[in-house]
Amino acid sequence: MKRVSVDAVSAYFGAHKAVEDVSMVIEPARVTALIGPSGCGKSTLIRTINRLHEVVPGARIEGTVHLDEIDIYGESIDPVLVRRQIGMVFQRPNPFPTMSIYDNVASGLRLNRVKNKDTLDSAVERSLKLAGLWDEVSSRLNNPGGGLSGGQQQRLCIARAIAVEPAVLLMDEPCSALDPISTLKIEDLIHELKERYTIVIVTHNMQQAARVSDVTAFFTIAGAGEPGRLIEMDETSKIFTNPGDERTEAYVTGRFG
Amino acid sequence: MTSPTPSGSAVVAEWAADSNYRARRIKNAVMTALMLAALAVTIGALAWVLIYVALQGFKYLNVGFLIKTPPGSPAKGGGGFYNGIIGTVIIVGIAFVVAAPVGVLVAVYLVEYGRGRTAATVRFLADVLVGVPSIVVGAFIYATWVLNFGFSGLAGALSLSIVMLPLIIRSAEEVILLVPRDLREASYALGVPKWKTTLRITLPTARNGILTGMMLAVARAAGETAPLILTALGNDLFTEYNPLHRMSTLSLLIFHNATTGFKPAQARAWAGALVLIIMILSLTLVSRWLSGRRERTMGGAVK
Ligand SMILES: Nc1ncnc2c1ncn2[C@@H]1O[C@H](COP(=O)(O)OP(=O)(O)OP(=O)(O)O)[C@@H](O)[C@H]1O
Ligand SMILES: [Mg+2]
Repeated sequence: MKRVSVDAVSAYFGAHKAVEDVSMVIEPARVTALIGPSGCGKSTLIRTINRLHEVVPGARIEGTVHLDEIDIYGESIDPVLVRRQIGMVFQRPNPFPTMSIYDNVASGLRLNRVKNKDTLDSAVERSLKLAGLWDEVSSRLNNPGGGLSGGQQQRLCIARAIAVEPAVLLMDEPCSALDPISTLKIEDLIHELKERYTIVIVTHNMQQAARVSDVTAFFTIAGAGEPGRLIEMDETSKIFTNPGDERTEAYVTGRFG
Repeated sequence: MTSPTPSGSAVVAEWAADSNYRARRIKNAVMTALMLAALAVTIGALAWVLIYVALQGFKYLNVGFLIKTPPGSPAKGGGGFYNGIIGTVIIVGIAFVVAAPVGVLVAVYLVEYGRGRTAATVRFLADVLVGVPSIVVGAFIYATWVLNFGFSGLAGALSLSIVMLPLIIRSAEEVILLVPRDLREASYALGVPKWKTTLRITLPTARNGILTGMMLAVARAAGETAPLILTALGNDLFTEYNPLHRMSTLSLLIFHNATTGFKPAQARAWAGALVLIIMILSLTLVSRWLSGRRERTMGGAVK
């Protein structure tokens, strides 16, 4: 488990500054929720943590991000190695459509040259069990991953992300495409995963942030075209009951955004 | 609730009297009739060609046609186009082996790596190449290859690969673009390098679509005649398996036999045309079947 320190990070898409001067420390073994109105740069910010921001043409960042003591934007650091340490779950379930359920979960290991059948078998079983999907799919591991329901697909994607045993797990609105039952399953899962991973979750659902997170960070934008900024970050209970900034209060009580 | 509500029948009468609605209905009917007429002309012309070739071709088509070469004199009946069938398979086969990997590599470059000027230029060239008449391609190979090394099946294959290349590039580019960005990013996020993501995630996802484009390019090349006249030249009476020598193809045999003026040769040309159409139609059907499968596999990703 590792600590993520974001230091004075600004993120750009070409000339457009999407995130400005964000500094925050994300503690291990805790769930950190990022909340804020649409377009305030939550997705952009978490994508700077696994260096996925830079795969967008013209995108770049300023500032630094550390994983424990390692500067992940350091000159000698290969972004591919950073991403092996930091898993990500996307808003829309995106299992690899040409692969079976088994192959989807094994894909991260296989594509990183793990070939041993026993290692793969046990990693697939362990990850699917952790993701709470094992009982539902153990009898049809060779069926295509695209044939599952949306909620199952998302848990498959979580299994795929944790199969490579990352230190940090980033989740960008993992439940926004799911029904309430699937959502609850994934929230339970987050509670379980918390003991092993540093988790960051972006969510638009205030109740969800309150339910699953220990720490909450509130972002907002001053207006259209303005960059997103971190307004405050604190214990989740404090953010929801007694926030330090009136913009946070307006947002969490539903008077804004 | 102060305004009086008209009774049901009054509303019906009022709406029926709406002249806009009647005008629209008439316009609608006219447009539908026009479209049906256009459809009938298109399908009619196509069906006419197909049925005519089939009727003429089946008269002379038999097993012997598929395994014999043409007789020594165009005035004689019998014989077949075995040498042309073999030539088409070999020449189009070589052209495919050359054009397919190059085309896919260029398409991958355009989608995954190409930025700015260079990519735009390559894309523009591919577009221009689609529009270049195939006889010009043949003339180019004639000038650069045939004048130095002589007529050969290989020269024909080269000219056909140039005909196929832009078709493969553009169709592959289109389907690779359709692969959701999410999938690539999911792969990057697992710590998979970009080249491996392209090879193991993007291309397999787009596979059926890429194959569809290839099949259509092959179908197009199999019917080409003009560039082959300037390159493979033809070898009307003998079966040639060595692509370094001049070679016949179905299209060349059809051309040569149809233009002789002798009835038996023209009959062979009809049968040859039918064989060629059947070959191309099967390729098209295979590609249709593949693209149907593509929708199913991609559906899982886009849902
Ligand atoms: N690929 C992109 N190219 C250019 N601009 C982008 C791109 N992605 C996001 N942006 C811009 O960056 C800003 C922040 O977007 P981002 O997706 O990070 O917001 P968000 O907080 O995640 O919003 P949401 O809650 O709607 O997901 C927005 O102004 C958006 O228009
Ligand atoms: Mg977002």
